Amino acid sequence: MAILHTVNKSPFEKNALDACLRLAAKGSSVLLIEDGVYGAMKGTEKSAAVESAVGDISFYVLGPDLKARGIGEDKLIGGFKVVDYNGFVSLTVDNDKVQAWL
Amino acid sequence: MATKKFMYVNRKAPYGTIYAWESLEVILIGAAFEQDVYLAFIDDGIYQIIKGQDTTELGIKNFSPTYSALGDFEVSKIFVEKESLEARGLTIDDLMPLKWEEEDDDGEWIEKDSITVISSDEMKVLLDDSDVLLNF
Repeated sequence: MAILHTVNKSPFEKNALDACLRLAAKGSSVLLIEDGVYGAMKGTEKSAAVESAVGDISFYVLGPDLKARGIGEDKLIGGFKVVDYNGFVSLTVDNDKVQAWL
Repeated sequence: MATKKFMYVNRKAPYGTIYAWESLEVILIGAAFEQDVYLAFIDDGIYQIIKGQDTTELGIKNFSPTYSALGDFEVSKIFVEKESLEARGLTIDDLMPLKWEEEDDDGEWIEKDSITVISSDEMKVLLDDSDVLLNF
C-alpha cells in the first residue's frame, strides 16, 4: 500500500519532517508543501537527513510554494521533483492513501 | 513622551502563518509614533526577507516589497542573526537589499544599508538594551 506523505511545517520549527523521514517506508513518496518546502533546500542543518533518504524515498516539492518563498530550484537538494497543483493531485491519485504530517 | 527603543522580534516564516504580515502592519503603525524602532530577524523569521518572492500562483498577497519601503518610514535598524542564516544555508546575498537614505552635512541624500548581520552574542545585547519587546 503506497503512501504519499505530506509535510507542511518548517523543519526548523517543528519535527514533522523528522517524524516523516523516520516513519516513511522505503518506496513511499514525500511531498513538501507550504512552510515544509524549506526542508527541500540544500546546505542547511536539516539537509543531510533528507539527502540520506533520497535513494529510498521519492521526494517532491510544490513549485508555487517555492516561488512564494523566493526559493529557486538551484537551491534544492538533488533528487527533488518540483510539481504544480496538478502534480499534487496526480500524486494523491497514484498513491493508496495520504499521511499528512502536520 | 520620551522616546523608547521598540524591538520587533520576528521568528516566523512568511505565508504559512499570519505572524509575519501582522508584524509588518504593527511595525508600520508603530513607525508613525516616532519611536526608536529596531527589527530583529531570528530563526525562520529570516525567510521573511528573502529576495525573489513571487506569490502569483498561491493567489495571496506578496507583502515582501513592503519591507523595502520601511526605510521611508525611518525604520532602518534591521538586524539579522548570523547563526540563523548559517543554519539555513543562507547569506546576506539571499536577502532583499533593504536601504534607507540619510542626509549628510552638505544636504546630499546618501543611500545606506538597513540590514546588519550580527552574532547571537550581539543580538543578546540588543535585546537587553531594548525598552519594549514585541514578538511575532
